[in-house]
Amino acid sequence: MPRIRLENLVKRYGDVEVLHGINLDMDENEFTVLVGPSGCGKSTTLRMIAGLETVSDGEIFINDRPVSNLEPKARDLAMVFQDYALYPHMNVARNMFFALRLQRRPKKEIDEKVGNVAEMLGLTDFLHRKPGELSGGQRQRVAMGRALTRDAGTFLFDEPLSNLDAKLRGQMRAELALMRQKVRKNMIYVTHDQIEAMTLGDRIVVMHGGYIQQQGTPEELFKRPANKFVAGFLGSPPMNFLQAEIQDLSGQPVVRGKGFELALPAEKATAAASQTSNAVTLGIRPSDLHFSPDASDQEAVDLQVIVSEYIGAQSVLLCDCGGQKVEVELKSETPIALGETLRFAVNREGIHMFDRETEVAIR
Amino acid sequence: MSVAIKANRLTPYMFLAPAGIILIFALLYPIGYMIYASFLDWSPSQRIGQAEFIGFRNYVNLWGDGAFRESFWVTIRFAAIVVTLEMVLGVGLALLLDRNIKGMAMLRTVFILPMMIAPIVVGLMWRYMYHPTVGIFNRTLKNFGFEGIPWLSDSTWSFIAIVIADVWQWTPFIFILALAAMQSLPRSALEAAEIDGANEWQKILMIKLPLMMPVLIVTLLLRLIDAFKVLEVILVLTNGGPGLSTEILALRIFRTAQEFQELGEAAAMSNLLLMMLMALTIGMFAYSRVQEARLARQRAAVEKDAD
Repeated sequence: MPRIRLENLVKRYGDVEVLHGINLDMDENEFTVLVGPSGCGKSTTLRMIAGLETVSDGEIFINDRPVSNLEPKARDLAMVFQDYALYPHMNVARNMFFALRLQRRPKKEIDEKVGNVAEMLGLTDFLHRKPGELSGGQRQRVAMGRALTRDAGTFLFDEPLSNLDAKLRGQMRAELALMRQKVRKNMIYVTHDQIEAMTLGDRIVVMHGGYIQQQGTPEELFKRPANKFVAGFLGSPPMNFLQAEIQDLSGQPVVRGKGFELALPAEKATAAASQTSNAVTLGIRPSDLHFSPDASDQEAVDLQVIVSEYIGAQSVLLCDCGGQKVEVELKSETPIALGETLRFAVNREGIHMFDRETEVAIR
Repeated sequence: MSVAIKANRLTPYMFLAPAGIILIFALLYPIGYMIYASFLDWSPSQRIGQAEFIGFRNYVNLWGDGAFRESFWVTIRFAAIVVTLEMVLGVGLALLLDRNIKGMAMLRTVFILPMMIAPIVVGLMWRYMYHPTVGIFNRTLKNFGFEGIPWLSDSTWSFIAIVIADVWQWTPFIFILALAAMQSLPRSALEAAEIDGANEWQKILMIKLPLMMPVLIVTLLLRLIDAFKVLEVILVLTNGGPGLSTEILALRIFRTAQEFQELGEAAAMSNLLLMMLMALTIGMFAYSRVQEARLARQRAAVEKDAD
C-alpha cells in the first residue's frame, strides 16, 4: 500500500493563505486522523490529497510520485463524505459499483465484490433501495461500502460521522474500528471530535490555524502535549489552565499561583530553570486531580465548589481556585455541598507547564 | 361561537371569491361560449341566436379539410423541432456556463435577454434581418460572395426562418431553468463521481442529467404547451406563407375567423387545440404527482425502518 507524504503544502484563496506549509509523512497502512476546530485547514488538506482542491504550493507524494497535478481518479483513492454524497438516482448496489463500472470490470467480479462488502456491512437486504429510502445510519454504511468496493489504495474520510445522532455515532465509531481491523489500508480521517480521533487513530495530527500543532500516537499527544492548544483540545473534560509563576523556595522549586503552591518534580524543575521568564501557564487535567482531604499543602490544591454537574457515576465540579476556574471529576456519592472548599491531590506526572508568551510546553 | 367558527372557515373563500368571479366571466364563460359556437354555422354578421345548429358538422368538415390537416402537421412539426433544438441548446449552454468565471453573471444576463422582448418586436426584428436585400443575413452572404437566401419567400426556408426566430427567443427559458437545476445539484455527489473515476462526459450523462431530469421534463412540457400556441412572431414574419408552409394552428384559427368569417369552424379548431394543450397540461401534472407519490413512498419506507 502506498505511502503518502505532504511537503510544504500551502493553500491560498486569493490573498488569504489558509494552509501554511504542511509537512506530514504517513506510514503504510496507517490510520491517520487530522483533528482540529472548524477552520483549522484539516478538510482542506484532505480535499487537496483527494484532488478536489488545487495545490497552491508544495507537493503531495503518493509512493514518492508527485500527484498534485493529477486528476482525483488517477490517485487511486476512495472517499467517504460528510453528507455521504450518494448518487440519489441509483440504488445501493449501483452506488457501490459505480467506480467498478467506470473501470469496465467484468460483471462477475463486480457482483462478487458488491456481495462481499454488502455482507460485511449488513447491507444485503437494501441493495435495491435508493438512498432516499434509507435511514441516516444506513446511508452512512452505503457510503462506506462504496469506498470499500472501490478497493483503492487509500481511504479518505471527511467527518463521516458528524451528521449522525450521538448514539448512532458511537455505534458507527465502533463499526469503523472493527472495519479497520479487517481492512489494512492507508486511511486518512478528518474530524473535529477528539474522541473519534483518540479512539480510531494510529497517528493523530492536531491542526489549528492552518498549522500542524503536533502529531504522534494518541498516548503521546495526551501525555506530552507540545503546546497549550493541543493540551486543551484533547481530553474531556478539558485540561485546566492556571496562571502561575515558578519560584525557588530555599532550594525547592515550586509553581505558585493565586491560592496554590505546588512542588515541582525534579525534571520539570530542570526544564523550567532554562526558561527566561518565570511566568507560566500551569495545566492540570481533571483526571490528574484526586479528592484527598489529607494531602499535604505542596501536593494539593484547595478548590471551592461553584457548580456540580451530575452525569451518573461521576460528577463534574466547576470550582474556584483563587479567582480562576478549575474543573474536577468526583464520584457522585461523595457528600459535598456547594460553596464547600475541598482538597485535591495533584498527580506529579500530571503537572504540565507552558510558556505564558509562546504557549509552548516546558518539558 | 359556532357562527364565529363558521365565519372563520368561510374567510378563505371570501378572499378567493373575487378571483373566482373574474375567472368565471373571463375564462369559463368564453370557453363555454366557444364550445357552443363550435356546433353552429355562424358568420360574424349574425347574432349567435340566429346561427344554425349543425351538430358535429364543423368537426367532420375539419377532418376532411386538407388545409387544416396541413396546418395541424405544420404545428406538430414546428413544436417538435423547436422544442428539441431548444432543449439541446439550452441544456448544453447551461452545462457550459455552470462555472465560476469572471463576467459569468453578465453573460448569463445577456443570454436571457431575448426572452424579455415582446413577441411582436421579435417578429419585426427578424423580418428586417431576413429582408431579401437590406437584411443583415443576405447582406453578409453577398459580401462574402454568396447568393442571398430567399428567407421568407421559399416554403422550406421560411419554415427554417421561423424555427430560428423561435429558438433564438426561447432557448434562454430552458437555459435558466436548466442552470437553476444544475446549481442545486448536490456538489459532493459530483465530487464523489470524480473520485470514483468519472470523466466530464460520464459526469454529465450518468450524474448531472439524470438528477436534472424531473426539472427538464417539466420544462419540456411547459415549452411544448407554449410552442403549440405560438402566433405573433409567425404572424409578423410570414403570415403563414408562402402557401401554407408556416401556417400554424393558431394562425389558421385567426384567419378562419377573420378572413373566412367562419366563426363556428374557428371555434371547433380552437377546441381541438385546447384539448391538445389540456392533454399536455394534464400530462405535466400527472408527472409531478407521480414524482411526489414516489417521494412520499420513500419517506414512508424510511420511517417504517426507524420503528
